[in-house]
Amino acid sequence: MSTKEFAGKTIQVNEEGFMTDPTEWDKDIAVAIASEEGIAELTEEHWTVINYCREVGVDSGVSPTLRNITKGAGVPTKQLFGLFPKGPAKKVAKISGLGKPEGCV
Amino acid sequence: MSEENRKIAFICSKGDLDMVYPALVMGWAALGNGIDVTIFFTFWGMDMIRELRVDHLQIAPVANTSMKMSMMGVDTGNLGIPNIMGVLPGMTAFATKLMKDKMEGLEVPPVREYLEMLVDAGAELYACKMSVDMFELEKDEFIPGVIDIVTAGDFMDMTDGAQIVFI
Repeated sequence: MSTKEFAGKTIQVNEEGFMTDPTEWDKDIAVAIASEEGIAELTEEHWTVINYCREVGVDSGVSPTLRNITKGAGVPTKQLFGLFPKGPAKKVAKISGLGKPEGCV
Repeated sequence: MSEENRKIAFICSKGDLDMVYPALVMGWAALGNGIDVTIFFTFWGMDMIRELRVDHLQIAPVANTSMKMSMMGVDTGNLGIPNIMGVLPGMTAFATKLMKDKMEGLEVPPVREYLEMLVDAGAELYACKMSVDMFELEKDEFIPGVIDIVTAGDFMDMTDGAQIVFI
């Protein structure tokens, strides 16, 4: 376990860079992680996804699967992959301050 | 100079319901992890992309040594489904329904929807030319998302540097 600094705050992350304590997360941290992941700006559409993930994942600390996101947040697959290009599963989880999804769909 | 993206290619050669899912599951996982995905459908695997067939894929209990009575919810341990029973009319439909119900319970989408998800996420689907010729098919008999009918040589060209999984 190590720590990392985002938006002037120190947070705990695991060896893959996922936050391990979802309560340490806030919106500024999300913006900073997104920027590190190559997403320069978080639009309203990004926040729809992130807010949904926080809503369903904050208790378990685990991000929902991509299919769970498309179904639950009502964001089509194409849009989800457009918003978080090159590996949305991990990117969404990281930006939402959650662990990577545990599930195959 | 940017590092080249990891690529994975699946060759789907089977149309049995249990054999079509590996590429769908792994392809989806790959896309979710930012890996480029190409899928090449050949021989019986063509059933996955044929409009006529995609919603009617089945699993047969005959000669399937892994399929046990216990899968029907009866606590019979290792007792198999006798092949002689498997040949009875309706047994394939029955086994198929069992599997589809299980998949639905796990929120695994049906094959057509799964392929749509993969295409929306950026997977490229191609049909094998030799199989297309053999089964006397036309491109308009395929589901949307199938980009083209290509030869084995084309497939080799387009999967340069990719990891290839044959199913």
